[in-house]
Amino acid sequence: MTVLLEMNAIQKAFNGVPALAGASVEIERGEVHALIGQNGAGKSTMIKVLTGVYRRDDGQISFNGQDSVLTNPREAQAAGIATIYQELTLVPLRSVTENVMMGYEPKRFGAFIDWSAAHARTREILTRFGIDIDVKMPLGTYSTAIQQLVAIARAVSLDAKLVIMDEPTSSLDTSEVKTLFGVVRSLRDAGVSVLYVSHFLDELFEICDRVTTMRDGKTVGCVKLAETTKLDLIAGMLGRASSDIAAAGMTEFGGGAAKKGEILLEAKDVATGPRLSKFDMSLHRGEIVGLGGLLGAGRTEAARALFGVDALRSGSITLKGAAAPSQPADAISAGLGYLTEDRKAEGIIPDMSVRENLTLALLPRMTKGGQIDRAREREIVQHYIDALDIKTADMEQPIRELSGGNQQKVLLARWLAIEPDILILDEPTRGVDIGAKREIQLIIRDYVDRGYSVVLISSEFEELVEGADRIVVLNEGRCVTELTNPGITEHKLVQALAHTNEAIV
Amino acid sequence: MSMTTSEITGKSMLQVLRGHGGVVALVAILLFNMAFTPNFFQLQTLFVNISQVATIAIVAMGMTLVIATGGIDLSVGAIMALAGALAPLIFLSEFGTAYPVLGVALAIALPLLVALACGLFNGIMVAKLNVQPIIATLILFISGRGVAQVLTNGNLQTFSNPQFSYLGTGKILGLPFQGWLAVAIAVVLYLVISRTTFGRYVLAIGGNERAARLSGGPVARVKIGVYMICGALAGLAGLIVVAINSASDAARNGSLMELDAIAAAVVGGALLQGGRAPIFGAILGAVIIQLVKYTLLANGVEDEVALIAKAGIILVAVYVQQARKE
Amino acid sequence: MLNSDAFDLRKYMQRHPQSVAVWIALLALILFGVLRYDNFGGSYNFGSFLNYNSMFIVIALGMCFVIITGGIDLSVGSVAAFSSVIAAYLSPYGIEVALPLAVLVGMSFGAFNAFCIIALRIPPFIATLATMLGAKGAALVISGASTVAVDWGSNFTNMGMNKALGLFPWSIVLVTVVGIALWIVLEMTSLGRTILAIGGGEDASKLMGLKVNRAKAFVYIISGGCAGLAGVILASGFGAGQPLEGVAWELSAIAAVVVGGTLLTGGLGSIPATVAGALLLGLVFNILNFENGRGTISFSAYWQMVIRGMFLFAVILFQTRMTKGQKSKGASA
Repeated sequence: MTVLLEMNAIQKAFNGVPALAGASVEIERGEVHALIGQNGAGKSTMIKVLTGVYRRDDGQISFNGQDSVLTNPREAQAAGIATIYQELTLVPLRSVTENVMMGYEPKRFGAFIDWSAAHARTREILTRFGIDIDVKMPLGTYSTAIQQLVAIARAVSLDAKLVIMDEPTSSLDTSEVKTLFGVVRSLRDAGVSVLYVSHFLDELFEICDRVTTMRDGKTVGCVKLAETTKLDLIAGMLGRASSDIAAAGMTEFGGGAAKKGEILLEAKDVATGPRLSKFDMSLHRGEIVGLGGLLGAGRTEAARALFGVDALRSGSITLKGAAAPSQPADAISAGLGYLTEDRKAEGIIPDMSVRENLTLALLPRMTKGGQIDRAREREIVQHYIDALDIKTADMEQPIRELSGGNQQKVLLARWLAIEPDILILDEPTRGVDIGAKREIQLIIRDYVDRGYSVVLISSEFEELVEGADRIVVLNEGRCVTELTNPGITEHKLVQALAHTNEAIV
Repeated sequence: MSMTTSEITGKSMLQVLRGHGGVVALVAILLFNMAFTPNFFQLQTLFVNISQVATIAIVAMGMTLVIATGGIDLSVGAIMALAGALAPLIFLSEFGTAYPVLGVALAIALPLLVALACGLFNGIMVAKLNVQPIIATLILFISGRGVAQVLTNGNLQTFSNPQFSYLGTGKILGLPFQGWLAVAIAVVLYLVISRTTFGRYVLAIGGNERAARLSGGPVARVKIGVYMICGALAGLAGLIVVAINSASDAARNGSLMELDAIAAAVVGGALLQGGRAPIFGAILGAVIIQLVKYTLLANGVEDEVALIAKAGIILVAVYVQQARKE
Repeated sequence: MLNSDAFDLRKYMQRHPQSVAVWIALLALILFGVLRYDNFGGSYNFGSFLNYNSMFIVIALGMCFVIITGGIDLSVGSVAAFSSVIAAYLSPYGIEVALPLAVLVGMSFGAFNAFCIIALRIPPFIATLATMLGAKGAALVISGASTVAVDWGSNFTNMGMNKALGLFPWSIVLVTVVGIALWIVLEMTSLGRTILAIGGGEDASKLMGLKVNRAKAFVYIISGGCAGLAGVILASGFGAGQPLEGVAWELSAIAAVVVGGTLLTGGLGSIPATVAGALLLGLVFNILNFENGRGTISFSAYWQMVIRGMFLFAVILFQTRMTKGQKSKGASA
């Protein structure tokens, strides 16, 4: 085999903060190469440097035997690099055909799009993926999984030499993942290289040849998957010896012995739409209930239903024996808090200060005759900055200037400050560095120990397994089973997810 | 406590300075006038400029609040015409002439209520029906002035009513009444924005509406609130214009005011995507726009060229704002 | 063509309820007018209606392109006024000189908008607002703030005053040609698809490797050119360059585009429906005039503005109802 791509000693900084500090990767022709690392390790930046979205500050890239000087995604495509980004980068309002063909439409007379040919070609490409849909409908009318596969179909159809897949399976179900792997293998057999970014480590062992691990903007190693173990990969990502992890456990949650109090929250047969059709759970005082499931299983929808964001189509939710709130403001006054998954879109108010962000949910309780009690506000904010060890210049610093972990702590403080009986946490440690992650886990544990309750959503199984007293497992919008600690293991959780149709005792 | 307050004002003054260079621009214009414009530093000049600037500033402050939530209000000029048309109708009516004091009071109160109702309409369209602000306020932009003209049959209404005219010609401590009024409104709105929950929600909604809603913010109520304030301030400005002229012309009152107000707000540092409400900035913006107009006029440059200058100011102001963000 | 690519009316109606509603409303209003008023369908009313509205149609066409990309162009009214003055000055050289040059002038205003929006990254609302003020000022300056008479000796006024086949004013013929050309661009070319894609997601379009900036520049230049053409029609039809005209035309154009079902947020839009929207708004006026003429009601000119606003209100209410069902999905997993 020969080398297709070589990225060497890449440097890239944003506003003086280095995102890549001497990262390297080497991919051979016809190889499926995995790229792994914690959030913030620099994987996405690496890809964007490669595809010309970002300009590198220093380092060499050689692609297909030539020095590469790509400056925009179009040039990358022309050079034979196709990318499927983590966020869907298609246009949902436009038809499937347009999304697949955009920029490469078959033409008549050199100018006019030949729509019948375009539709036919799109159908043909999608058939290879086992998708049979009306290609003239807007892409947005189809499920996220279909949209993801359409994005991949587009990339593959462009005769690429290298296909980059950034978390391609995060929204796919098991059979769709199988389809995707089939496509990846056929690409490899055709001599196309694949750069495969994923945090589902088990997948890598199934599909990839070699893996490059990144940490803090640097490459820490490149090994054959056949010659390594999952524990070693995790150790590499975390930068710790694998023996430590095996002994100490992965999280700071440390089993809370379930001391159940009275039932605070109960959901029965709740449905809010196609993505949440049957949701049941109960939550006792002093308890952490985890919601388990893959992406798209309906966990966030369940949280939104509990918090009164989405209206119920059927079923009922009772909160402390009374009917559940129908909008966030009511939910808050009834003693609920909801830390959202998408910090940027639904959490922070970027231009506002740490102080203003922190007290947003608390405002109604800090007000005298419409006026904010500013002395009390500062006192509360200072308390939480100290208690959660939020690293900020002062409380007037705009929250956008803080690191992801500290932003998350401010948002957590926003909810802790209203002292809710029930705190719903949707991916509370996603996208924060490992240190902040542990701190956040400790804060949550401490909160529950003080007699409050938590609904925890997390894609990191360790967090659920070690943190939750019980796990309600969801699949395709329905509750499929419930696991109770002590006794939950990652293995059992995975089994519950895998055998969703069978009853598990 | 007093320490921290002064610290905050000191910091915000600095931010104003660094913020948009508006103050620098203002100083430059003043220096230019000192050097070249004859009779610039005379009381008369000051009066003319203050009375002109006050109406723009009052509308621009309302606009600033709307823009702070990420909205826009195109209907302010039409609301001015409507309020301005109603006032003379009321105090010139039989009732108004029979009870002059009550007549003038009603001639101020009723148009303001109507203006408030217009704002309520805009607010409901935007907040409850989720219509984009440009389109929602386009409705009243088109029909509001029409209603004013229907009410007055398109006639110019002239009058002589000293009490009512005080709004536009009165003086306190030798300075025009509406100037004081504008300053008073600015102080109140500044306190509302910086000290009240309502103000905090205004900024939060503009900064990130979904986050504000999920944090329990009464998004619809606050949005309706800002459109109502903006409508009421536009109504007030309409009354002032009528009072200055001792005449109400529904066709011209407030014509193109939406553009001046948006320009003043933007020059003053408001971000169209929301999240910022520089109230004093709006006044500064209004002053700059008025002074440029006046300077050009006083130096014999045609009115038309002033339009081009205004266009230039807006572009430069926003470009500087944009460049600073990146 | 019996394959699955053939046009399917039922599916079309499902997907574009508003387009269909606009056409139905337009036909109904025409039918109403023809049945109720004697001269409504007569060639005089027909011609003058089309001639007058051709200006608004062509501006709405350009606006439609801009709005599809998620932008807005507030400068069209002023640019039309400026171009009308230029066209009037150039009228002695004949329409073949005046028309292209005036359109070119319009396009250069569009190019300036594009420069501000793309290179300086000024939001479209502000950039075109500034151009609106600037073009208005410039129009007043070059005309001395009064109307500029055209040269009646040249062929310049033919366009606004004569008719093809004795029935269709040349202005509407020209605008129809422009409309068809733009329609083809939007539906049949990569550029058109890029324009639609930008409105649907600008970042996604960039990552797909589409030439986003080029397409954005194109729409603003086209919008400017359309405004320029409207200015020529204005000067030709009224026999004078009109520096004071064009006030609030941009808002009429936006209203027409919205009535035609184009989403203001971009990504969806139709040229024929925009034309229908512009015609519908014009027709409401026309019918009110006839109603006044019958003497059954006496709506002053002022009422027309009120009714126009109410009409827009009704359309918006209709639109919010139509989109409610579609929008309530969402919420990421």
